[in-house]
Amino acid sequence: MPIDKFKTLTSPGIPLPIENVDTDQIIPARFLKAVERKGFGDNLFRDWRYDSNNELIEDFALNNPKYSGEILIAGKNFGSGSSREHAAWAIYDHGLKVVVSSFFADIFKGNALNNGLLPVQVSEDFLTQLFETIEKDPKSSFEVNLKEQTFENKATGESVSFEINPYKKECLLNGYDDIDYLVNMKDEIEQFEKNR
Amino acid sequence: MEPKTLFDKIWDAHVVKQVEGGPNVVYIDRHFIHEVTSPVAFLGLEKRGLKVLRPEKTTATPDHNVPTINQHESIKDELSRNQVEALKNNCTKHGITHHGLGTEGHGVVHIIGPEMGLTQPGMTIVCGDSHTSTHGAFGAIAFGIGTSEVEMVFASQCIMQPKPKKMKIAVNGTLKEGVTAKDIALYVIAQISTSGGTGHFIEFAGSAIESLTMEGRMTLCNMSIECGARGGMIAPDETTFEYVQGREHAPKGEEWDKALAYWKTLKTDEGAEFDTIYEYDAADIEPMITFGTNPGMGAKIKSSIPTGDDLSGSDKISFDKSLEYMGFNPGDQLEGKAIDYVFVGSCTNGRIEDFRAIASFVKGKQKAENVITWLVPGSKAVEKQIIAEGLDKIFEEAGFALRQPGCSACLAMNDDKIPAGKYSVSTSNRNFEGRQGPGARTLLASPLVAAAAAVTGKITDPRDIM
Ligand code: SF4
Repeated sequence: MPIDKFKTLTSPGIPLPIENVDTDQIIPARFLKAVERKGFGDNLFRDWRYDSNNELIEDFALNNPKYSGEILIAGKNFGSGSSREHAAWAIYDHGLKVVVSSFFADIFKGNALNNGLLPVQVSEDFLTQLFETIEKDPKSSFEVNLKEQTFENKATGESVSFEINPYKKECLLNGYDDIDYLVNMKDEIEQFEKNR
Repeated sequence: MEPKTLFDKIWDAHVVKQVEGGPNVVYIDRHFIHEVTSPVAFLGLEKRGLKVLRPEKTTATPDHNVPTINQHESIKDELSRNQVEALKNNCTKHGITHHGLGTEGHGVVHIIGPEMGLTQPGMTIVCGDSHTSTHGAFGAIAFGIGTSEVEMVFASQCIMQPKPKKMKIAVNGTLKEGVTAKDIALYVIAQISTSGGTGHFIEFAGSAIESLTMEGRMTLCNMSIECGARGGMIAPDETTFEYVQGREHAPKGEEWDKALAYWKTLKTDEGAEFDTIYEYDAADIEPMITFGTNPGMGAKIKSSIPTGDDLSGSDKISFDKSLEYMGFNPGDQLEGKAIDYVFVGSCTNGRIEDFRAIASFVKGKQKAENVITWLVPGSKAVEKQIIAEGLDKIFEEAGFALRQPGCSACLAMNDDKIPAGKYSVSTSNRNFEGRQGPGARTLLASPLVAAAAAVTGKITDPRDIM
């Protein structure tokens, strides 16, 4: 699926100060039975958002009306575990455009980038400050500028730069995806097959 | 010529193009698919009006959603049935070989590939499933991909990936009795943590690794993803060649000789460089079990749960949250803790060797009354072999139930779920919260440790009752 173009965004952040959030938490396996890419956002963090009686757990950050916005700010080693792309879909479909953490699992990072969801890796200290900022004022906002590769904490004025592969950056900014690229390489691929 | 690692040799031979400032375009030799991560890729392909470029290089089987009893009946859960049927229909439409439920070739995707000889040294192998790393045991580059990448392979037989860093994990010496490949895996992950391998591809080496059977090597490479690595691999040797030779899809005659000559060059050259190296002594490894909610939270059975006193901040919060979920206290002894379920199976430990180990252990013993045990073969071929060797009789006498092949209780996606709050000693690979069912408490261990727990009803060092 072609992805949406990534535009600079300013938004408050939703804090999830938990480490090693794995893809089984992001979207439990029992919700992977769809044959279309639809409705995954509703089951994002299902077992943390709802109790066993299907009642909303009000305290959980995604349910808490205190928090809002398009940026998820999570503890270290986010997205470990299964390769399910449904995890990235669930986050994106829930209306989140950016995930900030001090460390991302590889497959998750790749999946996120392939779906227009931007993973922003920051230092642990900076991450701690972000949590503190939100705790002080849940409405304080952050600016993500992909073109400049910067993430700014508006409350403190501190801005850090983040890394992204230049090719992936172009894709995100322009809404291109890898499949277009590969399909255009058909002749080269066939040549490669012949030469082996 | 510059010395190269095993990984470099295979990777470099598959790079079609290096994108400027971007990833490598990597050619894929073998693509496996299952019902969960492929339907959206097929849809995407069709939306673009594309065909599968090389359908003969893709092999399909449904494994995650399937029931493990009464497989001849139609699947009861409607959504599961839909997904399993969608796989079949998509395969028919696109000319992909499909090993359906109940057929000879059916099984967990990472079990059937090696069994059929589809997995070979020197290949690049992908599947929309993180435990694709299993196939690295053959000296192949094998790793899990997302659904967008599944679509890429369909469309172009290539994916786009940056070249990972290289890590070597050497385990030298002789393994103690009762210590298996699973214990090596849990030991290593406990040492380097679930993120220790991130960004890397691991080569396992050393005399203890060389001494492993192909089954053991698959168990170890299977779990390499659990330390965050892209995958793990082991240089092919006589053990590998012997396993591959004669299998259905293995090269034959002259083709075999040619392949073998190439495979023998697949080892890390003297002096080749790794980004990270870890070395362990096999003698330090003991039977292991996990006590927390990620595979890095493992310990020797004859030890206690860490106190967590050395942790602070968010590390401490995560640790406490994990123990609370598990219903354990910091500092508790592991041995003797009561358990409720035992699950033997999955792509980690669902091969014939695993069932042989269990059979020889439980022969003449009885299952503890309070324990429910599920023995789930990884494939139809494993199931047949169990019966051919009469292992099923041994299981029956000991009070164990043998089920039919599938992912089963490895993940809570089919009917085999562990109830909330119950303890399950499992030979699978993930102990995440809810992995085996909402609220289920998973303790990862080797088949031997699982068998010992099934017999005593508690966490037990198998060596004490061997
Ligand atoms: S057995 Fe478990 S880990 Fe292996 S493919 Fe199935 S669900 Fe995944």
